[in-house]
Amino acid sequence: MRSMLKTSVAALATAAVMATGAFAAGHAEPLTGDLRINLDTSNPAPRATMEAMIARFQAKHPDLNITTTVIDREAYKTQIRNFLSADAPDVLTWYAANRMRPYVEAGLLEDVSDMWAEGTDIAQELASTKGAMTIDGKQWGVPYTYYQWGIYYRKDIYEELGLKEPANFDEMVANCEAMIASGRKCYTIGTKWLWTASGWFDYLNMRTHGFDFHMQMARGEIAWTDDRVRQTFANWRRLVDLGAFVDDHQNKDWQQSLPFLVDGSAGAILKGNFAVAPLREAGLTDDQLDFHQFPSITEGVALAEDAPTDTFHIAAGAQNKKAARAFLAHMASAEEQSIINNGENLGQLPVNANASIDDDKFLKEGFAMLSSNSPGGVAQFFDRDFPAEMAKAAMEGMQEFMVFPDNLDDILERLESVRQDTY
Amino acid sequence: MATTTTNTTALASQSWYKRNEIAVTPWLFLIPGIAMFALYVIIPIFQSFYLSLFEWDGLGSLAKNGEYVGLEHYERLFTKDRAFNISLWNNLKWLVFYLLAIPGGLMVALFLNQKVFGIRLYKSLFFFPFVISQIVVGLVFTWFYDPQFGLSNWLIGLVGLPPINILGNPNTATYGIIAAGLWPQTAYCMILYLTGLNAVDPEQVEAARLDGAKGHKMLWYIIIPQLKPATFIAFVVTIIGALRSFDLISIMTNGGPFGSTRVLSFYMFEKSLSEYGFKMGYGAAIAVVLFLIMLVFIAYFLWSMYQDEKAAKH
Repeated sequence: MRSMLKTSVAALATAAVMATGAFAAGHAEPLTGDLRINLDTSNPAPRATMEAMIARFQAKHPDLNITTTVIDREAYKTQIRNFLSADAPDVLTWYAANRMRPYVEAGLLEDVSDMWAEGTDIAQELASTKGAMTIDGKQWGVPYTYYQWGIYYRKDIYEELGLKEPANFDEMVANCEAMIASGRKCYTIGTKWLWTASGWFDYLNMRTHGFDFHMQMARGEIAWTDDRVRQTFANWRRLVDLGAFVDDHQNKDWQQSLPFLVDGSAGAILKGNFAVAPLREAGLTDDQLDFHQFPSITEGVALAEDAPTDTFHIAAGAQNKKAARAFLAHMASAEEQSIINNGENLGQLPVNANASIDDDKFLKEGFAMLSSNSPGGVAQFFDRDFPAEMAKAAMEGMQEFMVFPDNLDDILERLESVRQDTY
Repeated sequence: MATTTTNTTALASQSWYKRNEIAVTPWLFLIPGIAMFALYVIIPIFQSFYLSLFEWDGLGSLAKNGEYVGLEHYERLFTKDRAFNISLWNNLKWLVFYLLAIPGGLMVALFLNQKVFGIRLYKSLFFFPFVISQIVVGLVFTWFYDPQFGLSNWLIGLVGLPPINILGNPNTATYGIIAAGLWPQTAYCMILYLTGLNAVDPEQVEAARLDGAKGHKMLWYIIIPQLKPATFIAFVVTIIGALRSFDLISIMTNGGPFGSTRVLSFYMFEKSLSEYGFKMGYGAAIAVVLFLIMLVFIAYFLWSMYQDEKAAKH
């Protein structure tokens, strides 16, 4: 039995090496047939980026007949279920970690562990995200971009009030008090679509108890009524009780929360790097807008970050898996990732370690933070790390907590009962 | 020779078809309708019920990936699920307050039922909210209620009351959405009553006037009884409209704040089809409960229509 296992592992490894060889020799052996690609990059800039990237792939393989379908980003989240089982494309975009789990478990995504095998370019250059792509010891896709989360703040206002980037939570609270004393709010947020509130929870929880505790919670191993969870919420409450967050955030979406930062009635926002583009468009210059990492709360807890990763996958029902693998390899290359993530395109961070980072202040800070100042680990984001049902209920509870902090006991008991049903 | 064969077949078919013609023909005409109705309405009802007995995430086949759980979903709905309770209560609020559209529509119809210059234009303007999409109505009211720049707080301020965040407060949000829904629904009821008023018998009005009836007595005893068919239809469409309210909630609050404006149809969607929903069986159980509530009204409507038919026959 054991020897059989060994042989099959060896066979797999050989196959993987051969497969790698095939990628390297991509030019020698022309790819033919159809390649169908489904994309969720429906916003204008990402759409153009992806189409250009596909065009470059097409130029390398002129005999391949590529069809691209771009689906609205929100609609894609529900349509993926239908097209994966009914009319599977060859290649599709999706998200890492728990968000791909239902599809992996239903056998709808192709196991691409061969592309991640030891010695391949992908294994070396994309190593930082291998964990996020792994379920049951196998890899199910290849990432193309990720971005940092952190606090984007109005440098000019901080300077006017004599504040500096906080080094710990007490300084953060003190900054906030000064901000409120000047007649402003500390943080703008719009929680109508709930997920923004869970960004705060991610950071407060990871800073209070660390990455491993947060992941234990994501796996359902810790009760929501646990004292440590209460401690996280107690820290959050310090900010809520100060009046740190803008009023009526429960009926604003995140875009509607940005004007408060632009007109200076709020000093900062906890958000992903995608907030930079609209803030710049609204007129904030790089002298006014700056970035800092979420400060440490419990001393000695290793800093960990949220960095949601967007990915490409091959459908299990794909017709042209050979071309699909070649496409994934093309997209994962350092050269392509440098192009698609630069400031003119996605304006995000390439996953490939050999790719070059665009000359952008926020991307550089984000890259430095994620590569050298995130020893605790990198999380995906609350609603990608926690199972869907738990995430939905929890985010709703967090929104309620931010408006009615006194309801905390009730909220936590509710979440605990959801946890017991979900896992 | 050929003629003989045709004759025999014609005779043979005639003998069967002619005998049953009266009974069979209506069914022949009904077959396409019945087939469609069965395929798209009747069979899915039973499928929903069947599906509600399984734990299934909608991926892969139900037979292979579904897990039979019996009535567990219903048990959880009624004993443990607070979101379901809230949805049920909100459905009740919708049912009660949405009916305000009927007297509202009647009032507008009575007001507009006159012959002055340009009345057609006024009528179409009043009907306008029903023509535009519910999504647009929802957006307009979201801005109207906006706590920072919305008109509603300016109006409230005129009366000297402090500003309130209608859609952000779990106690008022549902009423805010119902009020938005009443706008187009009142217009709909108005049109129904306007056509009804055309059919009011002028001789009866004349006779009543001779007997000295006027004002609200005229309305209550002479006009409204004659509007009974219009009232019935207005009642039916309003009840159904209240139970299937979805788009306004989705666009105005997305079920929030903290799930306080959910109704059953929205909750079903959230549990089974939304971004975070993977519980097809649980969603189906909610749908079944919603169906049973609707069934009460449907049964009543069918019964009263049947009574009318019977009365008409005599």
